[in-house]
Amino acid sequence: MKQNDQTLPVLEVKGLTMDFGGLRAVDHVDMEIQNGEIVALIGPNGAGKTTFFNCITGIYTPTSGDIIVHTKFGEKRINGKKPNQVTELGLARTFQNIRLFPNMTVLENVMIGRHCRTKAKVIGALLRDPGTRKEEKDAAAVSYGILEKIGLTHLANEMASNLPYGAQRKLEIARALATEPVLLLLDEPAAGMNPQETEELTGLIREIRDQDKIAILLIEHDMKLVMNLSDRIYVMDHGQRIAAGTPMEIKNNPEVIKAYLGEEADA
Amino acid sequence: MLNELKKSLITAVWFMFLTFPIMVIKVNTVYNTIVWRWHNLIYIGVGAFFGSMIWRWLHYKKTHISERNIRERLKNGLQNAIVDNKKVLYTLIAVAVAFTFAFPHMSNAYQINIMTTALMYVVLGLGLNIVVGLAGLLDLGYVAFYAVGAYSYALLNHHFGLGFWAVLPIGGALAMMFGIILGFPVLRLRGDYLAIVTLGFGEIIRLVLENWNAFSFGPSGISGIDRPSFFGLTLNLSQSMTALYYLVLGFAVITIFCVNRLQNSRIGRAWLALREDEIACQAMGIDKTKTKLTAFALGATWAGFMGVVFAAKTTFVNPASFTFLESAIILAIVVLGGMGSILGVILAALILILLPEYLRAFSELRMLIFGGSMVLMMVFRPQGLISNVRRKYLFDKMNFGGEKTNEAK
Repeated sequence: MKQNDQTLPVLEVKGLTMDFGGLRAVDHVDMEIQNGEIVALIGPNGAGKTTFFNCITGIYTPTSGDIIVHTKFGEKRINGKKPNQVTELGLARTFQNIRLFPNMTVLENVMIGRHCRTKAKVIGALLRDPGTRKEEKDAAAVSYGILEKIGLTHLANEMASNLPYGAQRKLEIARALATEPVLLLLDEPAAGMNPQETEELTGLIREIRDQDKIAILLIEHDMKLVMNLSDRIYVMDHGQRIAAGTPMEIKNNPEVIKAYLGEEADA
Repeated sequence: MLNELKKSLITAVWFMFLTFPIMVIKVNTVYNTIVWRWHNLIYIGVGAFFGSMIWRWLHYKKTHISERNIRERLKNGLQNAIVDNKKVLYTLIAVAVAFTFAFPHMSNAYQINIMTTALMYVVLGLGLNIVVGLAGLLDLGYVAFYAVGAYSYALLNHHFGLGFWAVLPIGGALAMMFGIILGFPVLRLRGDYLAIVTLGFGEIIRLVLENWNAFSFGPSGISGIDRPSFFGLTLNLSQSMTALYYLVLGFAVITIFCVNRLQNSRIGRAWLALREDEIACQAMGIDKTKTKLTAFALGATWAGFMGVVFAAKTTFVNPASFTFLESAIILAIVVLGGMGSILGVILAALILILLPEYLRAFSELRMLIFGGSMVLMMVFRPQGLISNVRRKYLFDKMNFGGEKTNEAK
């Protein structure tokens, strides 16, 4: 499903730098993600990928650089914005170590994602006026629709903590989708999944991009998934961006091979 | 089996050793002789032996059998039968309502008085339940808001002669304001640190009331507060006690209604999410600041209302009514009942307030029984009396036809 507005950028990151004391975890990283693109961010452990994610999603305030989101309301610089404001602007994320709300039902977990798209206040909750009731019903319906797409409807009233691992990963994605993002950030979505589950996940991610026209940025260590799925790949090592390009280009990039496998002994 | 006996034997010997100085040796101070009461040692030994057997048997049952069988059976049988089966539920509610309404006509003034107190604690428990049970913010200074409500009625009545009904909303609003005032500095805190700060806040309010004589009349308190008026009727003492009972009952019903609606609303879900995982909650677009402040403010409001009622009920307030012990009891109600569970909180409030009253017959032992039952509760049912049941959405029954076609467009 190609769109004509595919070349519009969703996210622009310019010279992003993040220092923790004397340690530079992210060092002048640039990135641009186009509408409807699947971009992977790879690199060895400790390369600064998750820190980069946390900067973009507002968990950390970056030391310097610009993060610009292109929304339908125009360009917004989101440095130093709170995570919930970033989510409201259309960046939704999942976590490397699953962070669901364990003692809430699966459906409620997804409905939490609707929070920033709904408005009901305390008074509305107490009076349950027609407007609030409709909003609640819509939130439940939309959430149920998302669960249908992800394939978790049979577990809708189950506590999230009772879900098997693969389903929990999926539920995180469902929850993120409920916030109506323009860009979905997935932090190691396939971690701990078996090959069959990974296969399913690949299909799901592609479906999200094609049907919902959501751009996707993912951190992943599963190279098969990355090479299969991504339109472009960025490679980070020691906080720096060492390569960027299509999967083919990255595969043959000597810098990348060096970062992953080390240099040859007889130089 | 032999192993079990050995364990119990060791426990028994250990208990005998520990209690030896107090249970066996008795110094007769008149004749300066020592009385050796060896028979006590035997009682302790036998008691501890069988006690530990029973203890471990219960533990075993809890971890092995109950995990699969009893819990499942209980859950499916009892809880679901009550909650899911509307007929049973409505019958139970009808019986409870009939009982609570008929209560004043079939009991004496003392009974009505303690029942009123118990219902007040139901409301307080449900208010704190918003903060601790739903939003997961451990608040150890809840009684401060109760004090704010009580003193706002006491002072406004003393100085300006304002009546109960005029002060009720003022007391609630003032408590809410204090809730927000406390909320702001503790926004960044969680868990233990939050508990310490709220504990300090509760003590600050109490100490200010105790020491600022010009404002609050210090430890001697304020007496002669008016009882609430009801439609200009002149009531004698027992009639006004009954009226107050119905007032508090009404309050409890309204509170149950409100908390029930809140916990299944957008705000309620945000509170739960905040309790479950703060970072994920923010990442899902929930404004942490606003959510926390709403929880604090709403929780405090109920305490403020109850404070006004408390002042009107006792017609006397002094700082001694607002010690940390009060906060602890209200917190115990929430924890004992089951965090976030309305039914549990009601049950726990009734048990925790009524039990010590009815145990007055064993007045020397009542604190022991009270403490002992609390410990047993926490060992065998740490999730509380009734764990919170989340709302189930039945989709085949809900009609989404309209919405779905809208979305497809």
